[in-house]
Amino acid sequence: MSYVLAVDQGTTSTRCILFDRRATVVSVVRAEHPQSYPRPGWVEHDAARIWRDVRRLIPQALRDVDPPEVAAIGIANQRETVVLWDRATGVPVAPAIVWQDTRTDVSTIDADLVKSRTGLPPATYFSATKIQWLLDNGMRDRAERGEVLFGTMDSWLIWNLTGGLHITDVTNASRTMLMNLATLDWDDELLDLFRIPRAMLPAIRSSSEVYGTAETVLPGVPIAAAIGDQQAALFGQTCFEPGEAKCTYGTGGFLLMNTGTTPVRSRHGLITTVGYRIGGEPPVFALEGSIAIAGSLVQWVRDGLGLIGTASEIETLAGTVDDNGGCYIVPAFSGLYAPYWHSEARGVIVGLTSYITKGHLARAVLEATGWQTRDVVDAMNADSGLALTALNVDGGMTADNLLMQIVADFLQVPVVRPLVAETVSLGAAYAAGLAVGYWSDLRDLRANRHRAGRWRPTLDSGRREREYARWRRAIDCAVLFSRED
Amino acid sequence: MSHVPGLIQSIERSSAVLRLLAAGPDRLRVKEIADALGLPKSTAHSILRTLEHVGFVEQDTRTARYRLGRGLLDLGSTGIDANELRGRALTWADALAARSGEEVRLGVLDDGAVLVVHHVFRPDDSAQSLDTGIRLPPHATALGKVLLAYSAPAAASVMAGVLSPYTRRTVTDRGDLARMLTGTRARGWALSVEEWRPGLAGIAAPVRTSGGLVVGAVGIAGPVERLTDTRRQARPALVDHVLAAARSISRDVAGS
Repeated sequence: MSYVLAVDQGTTSTRCILFDRRATVVSVVRAEHPQSYPRPGWVEHDAARIWRDVRRLIPQALRDVDPPEVAAIGIANQRETVVLWDRATGVPVAPAIVWQDTRTDVSTIDADLVKSRTGLPPATYFSATKIQWLLDNGMRDRAERGEVLFGTMDSWLIWNLTGGLHITDVTNASRTMLMNLATLDWDDELLDLFRIPRAMLPAIRSSSEVYGTAETVLPGVPIAAAIGDQQAALFGQTCFEPGEAKCTYGTGGFLLMNTGTTPVRSRHGLITTVGYRIGGEPPVFALEGSIAIAGSLVQWVRDGLGLIGTASEIETLAGTVDDNGGCYIVPAFSGLYAPYWHSEARGVIVGLTSYITKGHLARAVLEATGWQTRDVVDAMNADSGLALTALNVDGGMTADNLLMQIVADFLQVPVVRPLVAETVSLGAAYAAGLAVGYWSDLRDLRANRHRAGRWRPTLDSGRREREYARWRRAIDCAVLFSRED
Repeated sequence: MSHVPGLIQSIERSSAVLRLLAAGPDRLRVKEIADALGLPKSTAHSILRTLEHVGFVEQDTRTARYRLGRGLLDLGSTGIDANELRGRALTWADALAARSGEEVRLGVLDDGAVLVVHHVFRPDDSAQSLDTGIRLPPHATALGKVLLAYSAPAAASVMAGVLSPYTRRTVTDRGDLARMLTGTRARGWALSVEEWRPGLAGIAAPVRTSGGLVVGAVGIAGPVERLTDTRRQARPALVDHVLAAARSISRDVAGS
């Protein structure tokens, strides 16, 4: 028997999952790591602690398996988070700056230049300004002397596992705001713009190839994949054809659509990103749109309003009514994102009458996630010229049966839940297994895919479009309300 | 402190805590409760934590004071929301479908029927539609037999009505059903063979919350020849998978 080991180094925890050839989960181990918020807007991780977690978790995941039975290791990781470490000692020189961190400023950046080169609208979210901040705060001299290295979490773990290999994969590199989408290499002009020395950057490799073998923890086992977590979910959901898409529903939602081997530039503020690249094959691109507030709206109903005791009860409450009663909630808690882009907009609840009960509000909460998904999908369809035929879903909110039905109804396409819910880890395992011949090709991977559930659209189109028009008016209200006098 | 021998002291004390909280409109601190009942503070704290676990008291997170919990308002229900149950069962139900190769359903008793609260497709990519929300006859399905076996009132109510025949194998005799329920309790799982649909069988086991209370049933369904052997007995490996899933879900539910 042999297996593939996936390491999913996420924002709040690290998981190691062992898969067999049929993509069945053989073992799962996980460890949470602390989030550090030293100042408002700052979010940091201890990269050394994360490496220690990985080193401890891998043997636990292999409790019933001999190390030689592991055919390959694949890594999926939180994206954009910046780790800087000492080339000679391997010790991080500063706390890792997490993707959520907003300490940096992007207001003076040439947005058109950055967007045309990287496919990304300038945002504090991406790595470049975080690296720049660390350089400007004491690291510049050492970095210019070549003593300090940069990497996202994939690079950091691979460097430690291999004892000094400094690489990243193209999906992670595409989130730094430093990689040129046309050349898939670091862009010299952007490096100048952000004043980042090339010597500190890792080499950019594909997402699926043998980068090297582990020197420690699992000596001799090939390290054969690195891929950003959302792209890993796309790969794990086997969205290999243009037009196939997945949405991961958590506190927010991440929707990625495969757009094939040419990058699609968005006219609706979606992100153009690399989906994956297998060895020397052409890269596959994706459009990415995020739903800022999904599960976090349910959390607000639970913790902020106290209408429910647990998140699951939102469905029970929504089930006490047949429709929203004319009530709509726009959860623009920190502005409206794609495709609206109004950072000053604030949330609104509209359509209130004395008829409205908490059941209607609960319904409107779930519908808000449905409509936000529809908004992103509409933008993707328009940008890509492709029409989504089914939405593959994963994440915690897929337990909400009513929400999944609402999404199917609002998108008018089937919503499909896969049997292996661990899509991020599975994507990393697939990419690694492909590289070492554990699985032979994409079709081989596709054969492992099984539907655990499928929601068919049932809402009649007239009613759907009337509801959609009201949602759009509610969006207008959110924008109007925040307008300065 | 008076205590009647033969009665369980911690239950008497818990009852006193509940009466105390019900007596006034004010929320109480641990120390106030301990002082009022003449208990050590650590004992009062353990009792409150246990009552909180079962939903009979709630603690205000800001003031750390206790009040009666919402669980007391719906003592007639099982205390776990059906959608909450699905959320907790999701991973284990998926694993059961993967291991058994059959479709999985999670059911609860609702108004004399089995309400399907979760359904995982048989992992063979054939065309299937979601059964979540449909109702199944309790006397003719493995899920229903499990739920009836652990609920005497529900069993009595079902037996007071007509046991409709769905196939020629559906149990329609009250005595036969009662014996089946006794057997289910003795084994800890139920089997139904072609009692609801010809050619189909089901194996199910109870999902329990703390204290052993049965809050649902989880089971697989599939063709008779796959679920049973030539003597129409459940295949032991499949029973083990179902029992393991039921135990995992129970652990998750009870730990909440």
